[in-house]
Amino acid sequence: MNKTLLVIKREYFTRVKKKSFLLMTFLVPMLIIGMYALMIGLAIKGGDNVPTVEVVDDSGIFTRGFKDKKSVKFQNSVKTLDQARKKVVNNEDAFVLHIPKDIAAGGKLQLFSQKKAGISVISTIEDQINEQMRNKMLEDAGIDAETLDNIKPSFSVVSKELTAEGEKDSSSGAAMGVAFAAAILIYMSLFIYGVQVMRGIIEEKTSRIVEVVISSVKPFQLMLGKIVGIGLVGLTQFLLWIILSASLAAVATNMIFKDKIEAVKSNMPGQAAAVAESNKGVDLLNALGTVEWGYILPLFLIFFIGGYMLYSALFAAVGSAVDSDTETQQFMLPITLPLLFTYIMSFSFIVNNPDSSLSFWLSIIPFTSPIAMMVRLPFGVPFWQLSLSIALLIGGFILTTWVAARIYRVGILMYGKKVSFKELGKWFMYKG
Amino acid sequence: MLSIRNIVKQYANHRALDDVSIEVEKGSVFGLLGPNGAGKTSLIRIINQITAPDSGEIYLNGEKLNPSHISKIGYLPEERGLYKKMEIGEQMLYLAQLKGLSRHDATERIKYWFEKMEIVSWWKKKVEDLSKGMQQKVQFIATVVHDPELIILDEPFSGFDPLNAQVITNEILELNSKGATIIFSTHRMESVEQLCDSIALIHRSKKILEGKVKEVKNRYRSNTYRVGFTGQLTSSENSMFTILSSTSDNNDTHLTIKVGEKYAANDVLKFLIPQVEVNEFMEVIPSMNDIFIQNVKN
Repeated sequence: MNKTLLVIKREYFTRVKKKSFLLMTFLVPMLIIGMYALMIGLAIKGGDNVPTVEVVDDSGIFTRGFKDKKSVKFQNSVKTLDQARKKVVNNEDAFVLHIPKDIAAGGKLQLFSQKKAGISVISTIEDQINEQMRNKMLEDAGIDAETLDNIKPSFSVVSKELTAEGEKDSSSGAAMGVAFAAAILIYMSLFIYGVQVMRGIIEEKTSRIVEVVISSVKPFQLMLGKIVGIGLVGLTQFLLWIILSASLAAVATNMIFKDKIEAVKSNMPGQAAAVAESNKGVDLLNALGTVEWGYILPLFLIFFIGGYMLYSALFAAVGSAVDSDTETQQFMLPITLPLLFTYIMSFSFIVNNPDSSLSFWLSIIPFTSPIAMMVRLPFGVPFWQLSLSIALLIGGFILTTWVAARIYRVGILMYGKKVSFKELGKWFMYKG
Repeated sequence: MLSIRNIVKQYANHRALDDVSIEVEKGSVFGLLGPNGAGKTSLIRIINQITAPDSGEIYLNGEKLNPSHISKIGYLPEERGLYKKMEIGEQMLYLAQLKGLSRHDATERIKYWFEKMEIVSWWKKKVEDLSKGMQQKVQFIATVVHDPELIILDEPFSGFDPLNAQVITNEILELNSKGATIIFSTHRMESVEQLCDSIALIHRSKKILEGKVKEVKNRYRSNTYRVGFTGQLTSSENSMFTILSSTSDNNDTHLTIKVGEKYAANDVLKFLIPQVEVNEFMEVIPSMNDIFIQNVKN
């Protein structure tokens, strides 16, 4: 039997049989389902514990009062400012908004509270003040309140993807959510499984089994077997996660929406409200349904495998050079830096400028492309860019594997030696 | 059986092996000797194809060394270990299969050895549950499980207690009597005298001594004898020998003498017998230990 295959089998089965593998396999889908249920729950119910803002209006302009929103409730106060301020001092949940007399002339609004007010609270207040001020100005200009109420345009954009095959509904939100989740998953798993490769090699080195093994197989076969074996463990875990999450989600959805679906069927008027409420939850499901899984999943697998092969080879080289986990730090930095950089860039820059030249390069260069390309996917990536990126990724992991193998074959036989980057360079140059 | 020809291995700052050539006969027990850092392990790794020489060649049974020979060699490294969290049986199966045995053959061979070593009950145990001596038995089995023609043992006795060392020694000799060629490197010169047919001594990357143990010892005979007698030696002045050391207790005297080049042992005896009652006369043959130290010091 092929020896690399034997190594792969050992690496795979010793890990899959571990209890921690089983635990992770079942725990993560539970977490995903938990979050999913929470999202639907929140979408249906809305948040709780909404702060109430007491409004002390000295200007007398805002007689119509403020509208309660999901994140804030308003209450007109009859107290004076001083009384209201005392209340804030005594009650840590109280918010008091003071509107000065000269608000129309540019006076400052003040919000008093013990805790810092959240961004949504402040922006809601600002929106409403602006709106009401605008209304007042319009009324002053001679438009009566009734006309004003009638001019309340309410539009929302329905995005449709138009291609040669026709148009279809798309939800860029859901697609982005899935792509970002994929990018985060790749980022985390590159670390998790890369470090497993490194640990595995350190274990073989410190337990001194490595010399026995490489008298039977070539160091390259051992390294490759380990990388592939652990990669397969990762893929197995993903597959189990997807299957478990999907089936659990199906069960959960069925339970949550069962009565509502029945309500729709029987069309009973008393339950119409409940149906309306559940629409948001249904929307979320529909949105997930619009994601092109057949497009994203294969690309996710390709970029995960490519990125994993590329980085795990580097992790393998590090593992071979040191004698213990604690010595890995200096060598880890050059590996973690590009990953961290891409991760930060992905969610701050690429998201906002998916077609800029920096985004293009990040999604083409093999060291950054596995994460950056995932983030760019929902915005549409030309076929030639995808092909180029994948081709370079394959080239990239062949290169890193080659470099790593040259360091690895020397490193695994070096015991008790403090190693520098210069030393690694020397190992790389050794013959045979 | 194994022919090592002009091996050179250069590392960045030093030369580990400098034009080393060694012949190992089929069926022999060969001792590879040398102080720490002499290049023994480098040479052993080259024979095992773990590293490649910069120049020189190695032939096994007349064939140039190639990957197909891996299954014919069993190697017990000086730095040896096992996967700590793996079951012993599984682990043995893995290592045996890596040496080219089928799963079926591997199982049979491992069972044979486990019975022989009386460790059948260990099959499901994990390595971390075994003592160090137990682990070494397992490692030894891993070395010989595929019935290799050539067994290479690097410092096999380091860390063994005397009892286990004896068990392993007996196994080595038994394998040798069944036709396996054995190379082992060691510092323990008494085990060299006990086990080896031939030796090679490597010092500072060069081979400085090679040959059958008897021949080598003969080469280092210095015509020195140990004499014990009762009585008084009337004329201690003579041209036949010089006294290197002497101790006397009452009437008994012990001398260490170096006999002159022109004379033989019998000449000395002829000279002594008329004068004293000789009760001991023995040639002082240098031990391997002496030869080792003498060579390495120079």
